[in-house]
Amino acid sequence: MAFLEINGLHKRFGAVDVLKGIDLQVDEGGFLVLVGPSGCGKSTLLNTIAGLESISEGEIRINGRAVNDLHPSQRDIAMVFQSYALYPNMSVAQNIAFGMEMRGVPKPERDKAVADVAKTLQISHLLDRKPSQLSGGQRQRVAMGRALVRNPQVFLFDEPLSNLDAKLRVDMRTEIKRLHQSMKTTIVYVTHDQIEAMTLATKIAVLKDGLLQQFGTPHEIYNNPTNLFVADFMGSPAMNLIPAKIEANGGGCAVVLTRDGSTPLHLKAGANDAALRAHAGREVIFGLRPEAITDVSGADRNSSGVVNADCHVEVVEPAGADTYVVTRLGGREVIGRMRSDMQVAPHSTVPFAFNMDKAVFFDPQSERRIA
Amino acid sequence: MSVSQGTASVGRAPARRASGTTEWLQRALPKLVLAPSFAIILVVVYGFILFTGLLSFTDSKILPSFNLVGWENYVKLWGFRNWITALQNLAIFGSLYIVFCSVIGLFLAILIDQKIRIEGVLRPIYLYPMALSFIVTGTAWKWFLDPGIGLEHIMRNWGWESFTFTWIKDGKMAIYCIVIAAIWQSSGFVMAMFLAGLRGIDNEIIKAAQIDGASNFNLYRRIIIPILRPAFLSVFVVLAHLAIKSYDLVIALTNGGPGRATELPATFMYSYTFTRNEMGIGASSAVIMLMMIASVIVPYLYSELRGGRR
Amino acid sequence: MSARNSMATPETAVRTNIYVRALIYAVLLIFAVYYLLPLYVMLVNSVKPLDEIRQGNMMSLPMIFTLDPWRSAWSTAQIGVQPTGLKPYFLNSVLMVIPAVAISALLGALNGYVLTKWRFKGDGIIFGLLLFACFIPFQIVLIPMARILGLLGLAGSTPGLVLVHVVYGLGFTTLFFRNYYDAFPTELIRAAQIDGAGFFRIFWRILLPSSGPIIVVTVIWQFTNIWNDFLFGASFADFDSQPVTIALNNLVSSSTGVKEYNVHFAGAILAALPTLIVYVVSGRYFVRGLMAGAVKG
Repeated sequence: MAFLEINGLHKRFGAVDVLKGIDLQVDEGGFLVLVGPSGCGKSTLLNTIAGLESISEGEIRINGRAVNDLHPSQRDIAMVFQSYALYPNMSVAQNIAFGMEMRGVPKPERDKAVADVAKTLQISHLLDRKPSQLSGGQRQRVAMGRALVRNPQVFLFDEPLSNLDAKLRVDMRTEIKRLHQSMKTTIVYVTHDQIEAMTLATKIAVLKDGLLQQFGTPHEIYNNPTNLFVADFMGSPAMNLIPAKIEANGGGCAVVLTRDGSTPLHLKAGANDAALRAHAGREVIFGLRPEAITDVSGADRNSSGVVNADCHVEVVEPAGADTYVVTRLGGREVIGRMRSDMQVAPHSTVPFAFNMDKAVFFDPQSERRIA
Repeated sequence: MSVSQGTASVGRAPARRASGTTEWLQRALPKLVLAPSFAIILVVVYGFILFTGLLSFTDSKILPSFNLVGWENYVKLWGFRNWITALQNLAIFGSLYIVFCSVIGLFLAILIDQKIRIEGVLRPIYLYPMALSFIVTGTAWKWFLDPGIGLEHIMRNWGWESFTFTWIKDGKMAIYCIVIAAIWQSSGFVMAMFLAGLRGIDNEIIKAAQIDGASNFNLYRRIIIPILRPAFLSVFVVLAHLAIKSYDLVIALTNGGPGRATELPATFMYSYTFTRNEMGIGASSAVIMLMMIASVIVPYLYSELRGGRR
Repeated sequence: MSARNSMATPETAVRTNIYVRALIYAVLLIFAVYYLLPLYVMLVNSVKPLDEIRQGNMMSLPMIFTLDPWRSAWSTAQIGVQPTGLKPYFLNSVLMVIPAVAISALLGALNGYVLTKWRFKGDGIIFGLLLFACFIPFQIVLIPMARILGLLGLAGSTPGLVLVHVVYGLGFTTLFFRNYYDAFPTELIRAAQIDGAGFFRIFWRILLPSSGPIIVVTVIWQFTNIWNDFLFGASFADFDSQPVTIALNNLVSSSTGVKEYNVHFAGAILAALPTLIVYVVSGRYFVRGLMAGAVKG
C-alpha cells in the first residue's frame, strides 16, 4: 500500500469540474511532482491534499489513514508556498515556531527544534530578523524551515521557486533535492516548469484540464509519452511533432514526410513494426526529440535504427555546447541538435541522422500514442 | 544667459540649441506653475498661523490690536472654567470616539471579509453617513435624543412607562450624545479602511496559519490584527484629527449646551473670538488646538515620508 | 472527527459553520438598521403632518401623506429673519461649490504634475509643507482670513467663499494628484519630451486624459467637503451668500415658535441630497480610489 493514495478525486466549484477523477500513489520517501500548464488543476489538487479545499468525491489517504475530512492541521502535513507566506509581524524564529506554539509544545522544546532546523538550513544568524529584512532566497529557507520543524508525513510545495531569479532557482532546486535525499521525506511538489519536474521527481503526474494525462517516472514520461500533450509539454526544446503518413512495404514500415521543394522523405521505422502496420496508409503524428536528430557522425552508435537523409537547413542557432539546426518537414519546423563544431551554413543541404529507435507515433484524432 | 539653472529635471531633453530664454523658460516653467499655489499656501496657512499666533500674545478684543501682553492670554485661558470643560469634553469625546469607531469598524470589517454575499448592499449603507454634513447628522440624531419625541417617548409608548433618556438635557451626559452621533457618522469609514487593509493581506498567509493549526481566534489575534498596524495608525490619525476639529456636530446637536456643558475647544474658540469679543483669548485657544493636532500629525507624517517616498 | 461545513473558497480560507454564519449575517443586518434608522426616520416623518408627529410614534409610517413640509422647507420656511425656505441658500451653495471644486482640482493636478515629474531641489520639503497644511484646524486661520477678505472687498460674498475653499482645498487636491501621478510611468513623459512636447502639452495631452480615476476621487472629496462645510460659511458668509448648511442650522435651531420637525427633516434631506446622490452614483470609485492610495494615511 502506498504512503499517499489519491483515489477517484473529483473537485467541483459549483457547476465547474476542476478535477475530474484523479488516481495517484506515492511511496514513502517518494517525490511526486504535479506538472501542467496554468489552470490544469495542479494547485487545486495540492490544496485538497493539504485540506485547504474540500473534495466533492473520492478519497485521500496518508499512511493508510483517510484524511479527507480532517482539518489541515490534523493531517500531519506541512506546506511551502509560492510567496513563502511568512508572518510579517513575527521574527524568523517565531515564524518557524508558530505551528508548535499552536499545538501547545512547551517553549524549551520549541526553541531547540527551531535551533536545529536553523542549523540544517544555515539560517541560524537570521533568527531574530523580520521577514521584510530578508532576501528572497533567505525567505524561501525560512518557509522550508517552518515546514521541516513540523516533521510531517508529507511535505507539500506549491511552486516554491517561481518567485526567485534564475540562478537562485537552480541553487534552491539542488538544495531541495539534497534535503529530500538526506531526510527521505515524502514530497508532493507543484510546478509549471518541466525542467524542475524532471530533475526533482521520482514520479511525475502530468495534468491538463483537471485530468491526469500520464503518471510515471521521469524516464517514462520523457521517453514514452502516452499522448500528444505529454510529448509536447515535457522536454526543452520540445519534441518535434510532424504530420506523416505510414507506408507499409515488404521489408517493414516507412514514415513518409513531405518536404517543400523536394521529394518526400522516407524514413524506415525502427522496432515498432506491428503497431505501425495497423495504421498503414493513414496519417499519423510522428514524434522525435531534437537530440535524436543529429549530424551523421554524432548519432547514437548503439542504435540500430538510425536513418540518414539530406535535408535543407533553414536556420542555424549556435547554443554553445550544441548547435540547433532547423529544417522543414511535413510543413512543420523540425529542430535537430548537432555538435557545436559542425560547420553548418543556413540554406545549405546537409545529411541529418534520424534515430528511429526513439521515435513515437500518435493518432492525430485521439492524440493517443499508437507506437 | 546661462542655460543651466541647476534644476535637475530627471532625464534631460536632448540638447536643442534654442535661444537661451526659451530654454530657461521651459526649465523654470514647472517651478513657476507650482509657485502660486505654494505661495498661497505659505501665506494662508503658515502666514495666518503666525498671525493668529501673534494675536494670541496681544490684547485684541473685537478687532486685532498689536499691543503685546506676553503670556497673559494663555494664563487667563487656563483660568476659564469653560476652557477646562472644553478640554475635558475633548478628552472624553476623543477617546470614546476613537476607541468605539475603531472597534466597531474593525469588527464590521472582519465580518464583511467573511465572504458575505450581500456585501455590495451593506457597504454603501455603512458608508453613506460620511457623505452627510455634520449639520445633517446633528439634525438626524436630535430627534432620537429628544425626550419628547425620541427614544424616551418611543419606549414609553411601547409600555415602558418609567424609561428616561434625557441625556441631551443633562449637563453631565450631553457629551455622550455627541459621541453617539459622531460614531454613527464615522464608523462606516473606519470599516472601509480596515476592510481595505484586510483585503491586502496575502491569502497564503491565512493558509499557512491554518496548516499551523491556528484557531480563528488565534488567527486574528496573532497574525491578522498585528498586520493591520498601519491601518490602525491611519485610522487613529484621521479620527484624532476630526475629533479635535469638531465644530459642526456640536453646534447642530447641542450648540454647546445645555449651558456650556458640551463646549469643545473648537466651539470655545469661535464663541470667544466672534461672539464674546475676546479675540486674544480666542487666538490662544486656536494655537492650543493647532499644537494638539501637530503633536499627532507631525510624527505620523514624518515617519510616513521617511519610510515611503524618497 | 465529523466533517465541518467548509465555506473555504479560493479567496478566504477561513472556515465557519452554518450557525456562525447566520450569526454574522444577523449582526451585520442589525448594524445596517443602526445606520439606516436616522435616514428612515427623517424620510418617514418628513411627509407627515405635524399633528401626527406630535401624537404618534416617530418610527411609524405616515397615516396621512403630505408633501407640504417639503414645499415649506424649500421655499417658505423661516430661516433666520426671512421666510424664504432653503432655496436661495441651496443656490448659494451650488454657486460656491462648482467653481471651488473645479479650480482646486485643476490646480491640484498641475501641482501634482510638477511635484512628481519635474523634480527639483527642495520639492520634498514643499510637499511636506503642503501635506501638513491639509490637517490644520481651520479655527487658526479664521481671524486673519476675515481681515484679508475684508481688504480684498470679498467679505461676505460667494467669490470670497470660493477663494477660501480653493486655497484650503489645495493641500488635499495636490496630495491626491501627487500620489496618483507618482505611479504614472515617467518614461511616457520623457518620450513625449523627446518628441518635442513642452510642459503644458504633456499635461493636457498625456497626463490629464489618463487621470480619470483620480479626478473622480478628487471631485467627490472636494464636492463633499465644500458642500458640507459649516465653519467657513458661518465665519465668512453674509445673508446673500450663506450656504445651505448654515441655513439648515438656522432652520432647525430656531428656538422660537413650535418645532416643525417634518419641515426640519425635509430640509435636512434636501441639504444632503447632492452629496448623497454623488455618493450613491460614484461612491464605490471614491472608496476604491481612496483605498488605492489617493490618501496615504
